[in-house]
Amino acid sequence: MTSQPPVSPAAGPRRLSLSLRIWRQDSPEAAGAFHTYRLERVSADLSLLEALDQLNEQLIAAGERPVHFEHDCREGICGSCGFLVNGQAHGPQTATTVCQLYLRQFRDGATLTLEPWRARAFPLIQDLAVERAVLDRLLIAGGYCSVSTGQAPEANAILVGQEQARSAFDTATCIGCGACVASCRNASASLFVAAKLAHLGQLPQGQPERTRRAQAMQGQMAAEGFGGCSSNLECEAVCPQEISADWISWMRRESRR
Amino acid sequence: MSPLPDPRLPAGPIADAWRRTRAELPLISPLRKRQLQVLVVGTGLAGASAAATLAEQGYRVTVLTYHDSPRRAHSVAAQGGINAAKNYAADGDSVQRLFADTLRGGDFRAREAGCMRLAELSGGIIDQAVAQGVPFAREYGGTLATRSFGGALVSRTFYARGQTGQQLLYGATAALLRQVAAGRVTLLPRRDVLELITVDGVARGVVARHLLTGALEVYTAQAVLLATGGYSNVFFLSTNALKSNATAIWRAHRQGALFANPCFTQIHPTCIPSGDPGQSKLTLMSESLRNDGRIWLPAIAGDSRPPQQIPESERDYFLERLYPRYGNMAPRDLASRRARELCNAGHGVGPGGRSVYLDLRDAIAAQGRAVIEQRYGNLLEMYARINGEDPYATPLRIYPAPHYTMGGLWVDYQLMSSIPGLFVLGEANFSEHGANRLGASALMQGLADGYFIAPATVTAWLAGHPTPVIDADHPACREALALAHARIDAVLAAAGDRSVDGFHRELGALMIERCGISRTAAGLRAGLAEVAALEQRFHGEVRVPGTAEGPNPELEKALRVVDFFGLAQLMLRDALAREESCGAHFREEHQSADGEARRDDSRFAHIAAWEHRDGGAEPIRHAEPLTFTALQPSARSYR
Repeated sequence: MTSQPPVSPAAGPRRLSLSLRIWRQDSPEAAGAFHTYRLERVSADLSLLEALDQLNEQLIAAGERPVHFEHDCREGICGSCGFLVNGQAHGPQTATTVCQLYLRQFRDGATLTLEPWRARAFPLIQDLAVERAVLDRLLIAGGYCSVSTGQAPEANAILVGQEQARSAFDTATCIGCGACVASCRNASASLFVAAKLAHLGQLPQGQPERTRRAQAMQGQMAAEGFGGCSSNLECEAVCPQEISADWISWMRRESRR
Repeated sequence: MSPLPDPRLPAGPIADAWRRTRAELPLISPLRKRQLQVLVVGTGLAGASAAATLAEQGYRVTVLTYHDSPRRAHSVAAQGGINAAKNYAADGDSVQRLFADTLRGGDFRAREAGCMRLAELSGGIIDQAVAQGVPFAREYGGTLATRSFGGALVSRTFYARGQTGQQLLYGATAALLRQVAAGRVTLLPRRDVLELITVDGVARGVVARHLLTGALEVYTAQAVLLATGGYSNVFFLSTNALKSNATAIWRAHRQGALFANPCFTQIHPTCIPSGDPGQSKLTLMSESLRNDGRIWLPAIAGDSRPPQQIPESERDYFLERLYPRYGNMAPRDLASRRARELCNAGHGVGPGGRSVYLDLRDAIAAQGRAVIEQRYGNLLEMYARINGEDPYATPLRIYPAPHYTMGGLWVDYQLMSSIPGLFVLGEANFSEHGANRLGASALMQGLADGYFIAPATVTAWLAGHPTPVIDADHPACREALALAHARIDAVLAAAGDRSVDGFHRELGALMIERCGISRTAAGLRAGLAEVAALEQRFHGEVRVPGTAEGPNPELEKALRVVDFFGLAQLMLRDALAREESCGAHFREEHQSADGEARRDDSRFAHIAAWEHRDGGAEPIRHAEPLTFTALQPSARSYR
């Protein structure tokens, strides 16, 4: 987390001008190219997505097609947003989704290159938007505890140590944005899969299906054509939830159980 | 015959009434269930839990969501926690107390039987979530931890750091995906539901737009469940996700579903305030921060000194001063209104004087930074990212923002709307929160509806209505398709040059002024004229680029905003007609000499259920009287 010195209200927000070099592509079939747009004197208190909102207002007024990017909650939790900013998934700020990236992180006059996640598993839809349905297919293969509504025992009958619960939470916090895949040179989904296996594998509730789940999800990952892990740790570096790549080693041990 | 249907409330004492009701509901054989088709719209807590449970029971379930993945539904953003009357803290909590808090919190504008049922089901929700692997916070001994939450004197709120909604949603969507794996759920992402299909007044399907191809599709079924969330985005700037919308419930309303209490909208007191005009949303800071944060403003209006330079004697801890029993935990509506009044009186801080301080200084001094960081670390990081200020050193600045809508489609005790076969779950219905929702009760209600209530009552409906699924080329489907096509064509045909967002911002500014924290008859009447004029300008001046084919996010926005115009007018009408102050609905004309809300039980102890009329005719307001047997309405007092 980077803290900024407080801005005195009287001074008003810092303003800056930016060049946005954005990947534009009408459809998966069409050819794509970078187009450069200028944003003049925008407030540094805007998020990058709000800057794109402003750019889109200008494009609409000019009769052009606005830039298509995925977003929804704009508070870093839904996992919808995500693209590369100057080659980095979600941009330069650690532990931050691109919707939480504010312009105060950039210098006046900077050029930002925005391009979509590049991974075979994530087909391009349009501009900065890609299809990540494959992540759900990995979960469908086994990312759950098989307990139907009504079968649950009294909650406190299952004891979970505080540390254990915290550690399970740290992996369960994955928002499914796909940055780990997009930043991996093998386009591997190892961190995504390891996080789900570790979430459930660390809890007593996840034990009955632990081995089957590990095999099923890793099998699905291979079947979907994701690459393997070669420990470059880019996934950990870009993960907005700071999920540790150590869980990938944990996953490897898991498959030898 | 009055179009207000029988609410089907249980007879006899309300305690245990749900168990008695459920025992009498008809059942369906497992073999028969496999032939029955159910549609669920929305994959938040209510939709995902209902779809998973119905599929587990054997139904063929089709699920539609506008997201690319069910995990992204806006329930994911709920931070603070979920209430349940488990009394794990042994602090005197009980089903009866949670019931009473819910009914009182809603200012006696909810059905008591529904509130009691919610309290009775609350414990089972925690059991279910834990069994799914939801990593709730724990005590050292391994038991579940709880905390107290806005408006409650007991510690009954279960939480998973500041991401309780996310973790509960992942539990529910994991259950849903397990049913996809089992072949019992067909999951259809990237679909906007644009129209309800009815035959002889019975819900039989929906028309959806595929958001990548633009194709309009027809889905038919024997029961339709809407779990599409609330409508706070009518205010443009709210804590909701940007695409959260009212289209499915509004189109159902236009097809005959009554809309209940649309003016009951909650303003959350602890949000990160607005700064730049280009800001796209207001981010909630969980009000769990109020457990440790002290809310204050400079005692001297216009005091522009930095907060650290304002001495203790010149700070007004106004919630502690006004509500000594509850202090900073005073209910949301009171906290919001007092903040607004003081800001209007010139005490506000930050850009435009539109925020108040939430100060962690004393908590950090008493408990240490590590404890505060452990408790609120992710919230405070989020604040620093958005605001660029360090909340450990400088008091946070917060301001109220629209957050939750208690109003919604009218449903009976079995969650069925006034359109037979159409069920409405979670925030999309109007049910148990009355005029104001308690903190940490939204997750509880969504999951009670989805895991436990709808599966029983949808079964009962299907048992009694063995009609086959209609064909996709049924005249009713063609008619609904034509309606959806016409609406798309209309917005694409507009020949203006202004963006949809520009109009939405205007609508939001107008609604927060006229129909926000504080309302007056004159303001509401003016608001009605202003929204109508804005709507007219929209159709003449908007520009929606692109076509109906392929992805077109601007078209999606335009269709949603058109529906917000209609809903905004209904909200204003409802606020105007309700000549009292209750819960989150505060009419300045109806207050005591010392500024407290004045509820009018003699005239308004009822649910307002609005009936749409075609051809621009005024909607009709029906009233469902509320009766109270277990707890008598009392004036609320938090002083």
